[in-house]
Formats: sequence, structure tokens, C-alpha cells
Amino acid sequence: MATDVEANGAAEPVLEVAPGPHVASGSLTTRRMMGDVLLALLPLVVVAVALFRQAALLQMAIAAVATVGGEALFARWRGRRATLGDGSALVTGLILGLSLPPGAPWYVGAIGGLAAAGLGKAVFGGLGQNIFNPAMVGRAFVMIAFPAALGAEAYLAPAAAAATTGATPLTALQMTGEVAPLGPLWLGLTAGSVGETGALAALAGGLYLCIRRTAAWQIPTGMLLAAAVIAGLVSLAGGSFTPAHHLGAGALMFGAFFIATDPVSSPLTPKGRFVFGAGTGALVMLMRTLSGYPEGVMFAILIMNAFTPLINRATIPTPVGGPVPRRA
Amino acid sequence: MPSKLKRVAVDPLSENNPITIQVLGICSALAVTVKMDTAVVMSICLTAVLALSNLTISLLRRAIPTRIRMIVEVSIIATLVILADQLLRAFAYDISRQLTVFVGLIITNCIVMGRAEAFALQNPPLPSLVDGLANGLGYSGVLLAVATMREVLGSGTWFGWRVLPEAYPGNGLMLLAPGAFLALGLIIWAQRTLSGHVEND
Repeated sequence: MATDVEANGAAEPVLEVAPGPHVASGSLTTRRMMGDVLLALLPLVVVAVALFRQAALLQMAIAAVATVGGEALFARWRGRRATLGDGSALVTGLILGLSLPPGAPWYVGAIGGLAAAGLGKAVFGGLGQNIFNPAMVGRAFVMIAFPAALGAEAYLAPAAAAATTGATPLTALQMTGEVAPLGPLWLGLTAGSVGETGALAALAGGLYLCIRRTAAWQIPTGMLLAAAVIAGLVSLAGGSFTPAHHLGAGALMFGAFFIATDPVSSPLTPKGRFVFGAGTGALVMLMRTLSGYPEGVMFAILIMNAFTPLINRATIPTPVGGPVPRRA
Repeated sequence: MPSKLKRVAVDPLSENNPITIQVLGICSALAVTVKMDTAVVMSICLTAVLALSNLTISLLRRAIPTRIRMIVEVSIIATLVILADQLLRAFAYDISRQLTVFVGLIITNCIVMGRAEAFALQNPPLPSLVDGLANGLGYSGVLLAVATMREVLGSGTWFGWRVLPEAYPGNGLMLLAPGAFLALGLIIWAQRTLSGHVEND
């Protein structure tokens, strides 16, 4: 065709055909999303510092520095420009720091941060390519590498709490059957990882993220719903934690809003996100009630991350204009 | 030494290493490398079996009917492995207990079968023996490197001697199979960077 036109000398109108999207939106950049997450994490950080004082600050600082440093180092090794400006490494590091016990030794956060940036992200090809949540990869790495350093002794009793024991509510439930009172549980006045105890603070920050659409609301909804339903069944069957206890305890609220909603490692479709959330919530409850671990948010999220491609394939939405023929 | 034989002897050590380049025999490389002593014994066993099986198969290469060659190869390898296993049980019972089934599993090690098929069947006894020894040493080198990383980082010891300060907390991950994957991956990375080997498919 093109040669014909040239041969005839007649210039036909140029029709630019480009695949969508045609309008670039400045509102959904990585940088804006990460800024949102940092803002939403603020209530949790405040609660964490109020509870655990310098221990909390130390864990967050070490993990954040190690992750950002690791990101810069690995990007350099791979001959890439380090993308520190978008804040994604900072968010990963901060979430990792918030998920560590306040009494953990310094090298736990440092090695966890390097593992998060290296094994969690760089080996897959950097931001957007990782199949697992980097912060949870880092945490799983140190948890398996140093089980003693992340054991019960690393959980300090918060400075402002009446409780003297360092056992987290979920550990106490598993070991002695002791049931923590609801108020302190939701406010965060219990032992736990640096940023996991303040369920209300996590809920507040999380709602902000959902309203801003930085986090997909289907994931926390599915996760909390599944956990609540299963917790209800467990308590009907004679468990001493009510659904309200389970939702407020451990890292469930923090994980549902801040960790599971990582847009890279969670499904793309609305239905898929709900399935992903529900699966994560169900796995958390399964591990809490039936496994040797008192808490299971980290492993639940990592396991569901592995299912993300499968969920994506199973929930391909029908485009506007009718069903498409099914491809094998 | 003629240059061809030299190539046979040197190639498997790095350029065509059975583990890091061909990625064979991974299973035992993961399983027996928690401690140096098991890795050393495993290396000796595999090198001996590999060299002798290559030699035997090469000597018999004209007598082995092509259609049943695999069966013949496996019975030769199995005989050698059983010998090695019995020797270990007689003279190094402790280590033999720690290696559990992995000495017996040398029978199914891809390196042994691979060298028999790819080299010993086509070559005279001397080069086959050298090829077996060299591949065994290439395997051993990687095994010992992985075991060094795992034992030093995992328990802070090397051959049971404490090399890191008493305060070193140990690293549970390096003692588990994933730690071997990490160590092996790092070694493969380092070796390919140094040798400039590029995978092309």
C-alpha cells in the first residue's frame, strides 16, 4: 500500500493508530502511591513509637536503611539506575521494620532489608517484576535464618501497657489459653511486632489508602471477611477468641491493608483481588488455629502471592461488548 | 600429555563443570552439604565411582550391545556404588549414617550416567578414566564450596572447628535446603561472571 501511495504521489491522510491508554494520568504514579502509603503508615508509626519508644525507631530505621541501601547497591551491580526516588524501597523497608519484633537484634533488620531488596526484588528484575511481596520475603528470610532472634523473647512488653509479660496475645492464646481484653488489643497496648499491635491505627491508615484507591479495597475486605467468618466458626466450636479478638490481634489488620495490597504481587482483577484476600484470610486463620505458629499473616500472604498468576488467569473479566471466545 | 587428553582433564573443572554449567547432580549437592565432612566423603565416593564406572564401561564398550547398554551401565554403576556403600559402612560408619541414602543414590546421579553415555562409550579407557576423575573433581570442588558456605555461615564452624566467634548466632536458613540453593546460585553466578559463560538457547 505504502509503495502505491508513493508511486501515485498522492498523500493520503495520516491516521495514527496506537494501542491505549491514550490519556496519561499523573495521579497513579508509583511515587504518589508510595507517598500515600507512607502517609497512611503514620498512625501506625506513632502508635509503635509511643509503645516501644527507641526500640521501634531503631527497628524501622535499620530495616529502612538496609532496604534502601540494598536497592541502590543491587541496582548498581546490575548496571541499572537506582530508582530510589519513587519511594518503593523506603516503603518496603518501613513495612519490614514494622513487622519485626521490637527486641530483635540489629542484624535481623539489616539482613532482612538486604534480603528484601535482593532476593525479594532484584533477582526478579526489580520493581514490578517480583512475584512475592519483598518485605515479607525479607521477613521470612530472617525468621527462618534466626528463629531464636525472632522468638518469644524478642517481643517486649510495651512501655505503656499494664501487662508485664512479653508474650503476644496470640502466643498467650496458644500456650496458656489466656484471652487478651478487647480494648488494649485494638488500641495496640499488647506485645507484638513493632507496628502490628495497633489494629485501630492500621484500620485508619488502611481506609485512607482504600479511599485514595492506592490499595484495592477488595483485598482487605476479602481477607477480613474470611478471617471473621472462620473465627466465628472457631469460637462457635469452643475457641476462646471471638472474631473481634482475631481481627484485632496479631498482624491481621496491618497485613490486610498494607502488606497484602502490594499492587505488584496481588491479582489485577477485582474478583481476583477478592479471592486473593479471602484466601489469605482463610490461611491466616488456618495457621493460627491449627499450626505450630501463633500467627500466620506472613506465610499466608507469601503463599497467596504464589497463586496470584493463577487467580489472574481464572478471573479474566469479560470486556465491554460481550463475551470473548474462550482461549485454551 | 597430549592436548586432547589435557582438555578432557581440564574442561570439567570449570568450563564444562557438571554442576555449575550442566546443572547435573544438584540433588546430592543440596543434601549432603550441611557439613564439610559429609561433603568430603560424598565427593570421594562420587569421584571414585565415576572414574571406575567410566573405565569399566570404556573397557567393555565394544562388548556392550547397543540396545541394552543402559541396563549394562546401570548394573556396573550399581555394583560400584554398593561397593562404596559397604566400604563406608565398614570403615566410616558414623559418616555413612549421616549420608543416609545419598551414597546409594549415586546410582541415579545424572553425572555418572551422563559421562558413561556421553564419553566412556565412545572413548578408549585412559581418556575415559581421566574424564571420570576430572568430572568427579569438578563436582567435588562445587560441593566443597557449597559446604564451606553453608557450614561457616550456618553453624560458624568448618570441619567442626569453630571459625567464627562464639557469639555468632548461626543461620538456620543455611542449614536447610533453601540455603544450599542460595549458595549454589551465588557460586554459579560468580563462576559464570569469571568465565564469561553465556547460556544460549
